[in-house]
Amino acid sequence: MDQEKVIICKNLTKRFGDFTAVNEISFDITKGEIFGFLGANGAGKTTAMRILCGLSFPTSGEATVAGYDVYKQQEQIKKNIGYMSQKFSLYENLTILENIEFFGGVYGLERKEIKRRTEKLIDTLGLQKEAKKMVGELPLGWKQKLAFSVAIFHQPKIVFLDEPTGGVDPVTRRQFWDMIYEAAASGITIFVTTHYMDEAEYCNRISVMVDGKVEALDSPRNLKEKHQVTTMDEVFYLLARGAKRSDN
Amino acid sequence: MKVLRFILQKEFRQIFRDKSILVMMFAMPMIQLVVLPLAMDFDIKSINLSIVDNDHSSYSQKLVSKISSSGYFNIISVDPNYQQAIKHIEKEEADVVMEIPPNFERNLVRAGKQQLSVYADAINGTKAGIGSGYLNMVIADFNNEVDFNIQKINANNTNQGGAIEIRQRSWFNPLEEYKFNIVPAVLVLLLTLIGGFMTTLNIVREKEIGTIEQINVTPIKKWQFISGKLIPFWIIGMIIFTVGLGVCSFVYDIYPKGSLWLLYAFAFIYLIAVLGLGLLISTYSDNQVQAMFVAFFFMMIFMLMSGFFTATDSMPHWARVFSNLTPVTHFVKVVRMIILKSSGFSDVKMEFLYLIGFAGLLNGWAIWNYKKTS
Ligand SMILES: Nc1ncnc2c1ncn2[C@@H]1O[C@H](COP(=O)(O)OP(=O)(O)O)[C@@H](O)[C@H]1O
Ligand SMILES: [Mg+2]
Repeated sequence: MDQEKVIICKNLTKRFGDFTAVNEISFDITKGEIFGFLGANGAGKTTAMRILCGLSFPTSGEATVAGYDVYKQQEQIKKNIGYMSQKFSLYENLTILENIEFFGGVYGLERKEIKRRTEKLIDTLGLQKEAKKMVGELPLGWKQKLAFSVAIFHQPKIVFLDEPTGGVDPVTRRQFWDMIYEAAASGITIFVTTHYMDEAEYCNRISVMVDGKVEALDSPRNLKEKHQVTTMDEVFYLLARGAKRSDN
Repeated sequence: MKVLRFILQKEFRQIFRDKSILVMMFAMPMIQLVVLPLAMDFDIKSINLSIVDNDHSSYSQKLVSKISSSGYFNIISVDPNYQQAIKHIEKEEADVVMEIPPNFERNLVRAGKQQLSVYADAINGTKAGIGSGYLNMVIADFNNEVDFNIQKINANNTNQGGAIEIRQRSWFNPLEEYKFNIVPAVLVLLLTLIGGFMTTLNIVREKEIGTIEQINVTPIKKWQFISGKLIPFWIIGMIIFTVGLGVCSFVYDIYPKGSLWLLYAFAFIYLIAVLGLGLLISTYSDNQVQAMFVAFFFMMIFMLMSGFFTATDSMPHWARVFSNLTPVTHFVKVVRMIILKSSGFSDVKMEFLYLIGFAGLLNGWAIWNYKKTS
């Protein structure tokens, strides 16, 4: 059972007009894995992730998530995943408790169960004092931690994190990764995009995306060995130096 | 249903948290309902009138003095003939011309019947319309007095009383005060604005902020999301409608003559129809500016085509067809019919079906066009 594939992706492609944002990417992801999805800005990470989350139709290729097809069974997929988008998207004019309650409810949890889990979560995050504050008033680091906690609140099989630590200070990033490890230990598969190379080291396996294509896919250690360098930064530089696309 | 309850809870929290919107939703309608018709009233008090008196009798004198003492008219000239009087309308000095024919008094006493002509300026039609409406009332009043006198004179005659018949050239809503028409229409306008704008902006704001993405990635059903957006504004709309009816009776003494239940049944369906329109617009817009623009466009068309400002009867055929295609037309008509004329369900059955059709069509289209996967 350990080898159960929760995401299978074959030649997945997305075009906007005649621009190919995601170009025939293929990979399998195993249950419980922390899979790092690396790439420069504009490489196509968000686009690929939105397809896997059932938010966007692919142009061609195949993919299943939690055993469900990304063309036809998006609503089934959605029952089994959590998603933390690149842009913060909890309700800023609701309190922490209200946000948790709402999203828990939308995923079909019972009120009692929501209450139980919320108490535990607030405790773990140490947010007792802030629980009734509007989410908009929280500092960015806490917002991101909260968004992640909400994304896994209903205990999905897979959680998709799109640059979850963007703009966050190093200490909070570290704490964030502790939370990711904890989630992975509880059996949730993690699919995370980042462009911080030190974070790549925390992943079991990573793929490096350049101009819509997956250029490399392996464990961080194997990739470093293969390119005969000591850091992921250097691996990334070697792979991405030919990139034409950049949003910046 | 359980999920829907969570969604409604969240929507209500957000709506009631935004105090400025809340004030706008409740205070603005009331202000409109009080101010708009009063502003119209101001116009009524300064109607410029030219009179052609071809009779110069004591009755015609009495009529003129009654008109001038009514407080609504400014008698700007008394002309010897129609041609001169109508010049005042052409020069925009007068809004209404009233012509008293020769032998006015004699005919009135002898035959008990006499025609009067009222000419209204069709360019400033509304003001002239209100003016001739008031003129009608003053004349009707005068009529009663004359009637009484004539009955005395002809005491041994038959029961035939004197009556002045007014011939109208350009007319809109005879015998009814303007407020009776405008107040129910303002009420409809309010519901339309609340329904049309509030939902649209609410959903499009979620698109702009990006929270809709977080919604779309949940297993929420389309109907749940849309009901969550519809129901709160639907309830608010019904409350505003109720308060509006209250204002109608307290401020204007307008009480619905027909069944209150029927009125509410219509408001119920009508709101669903306009909310559906709002939803539909939101599914096609990416940001609030776009949504506002489109919603405003439809509101303008609705208001202009619905018989709110112009009588639909005086529209050309194509415009009437078009007018019938807007839900507002039917609702304005029904509200006036129920409030002013106590029409029953059988009189407004067709309108009821129309509105149900609109509600179904617009909401169905909105749900169809709302895509959780793009
Ligand atoms: N809806 C869209 N229409 C057209 N182009 C798009 C759309 N979404 C993304 N793109 C383009 O696709 C490319 C990949 O974008 P994205 O997946 O957001 O990159 P990343 O997340 O890796 O930074 C970018 O060049 C972006 O401009
Ligand atoms: Mg991105």
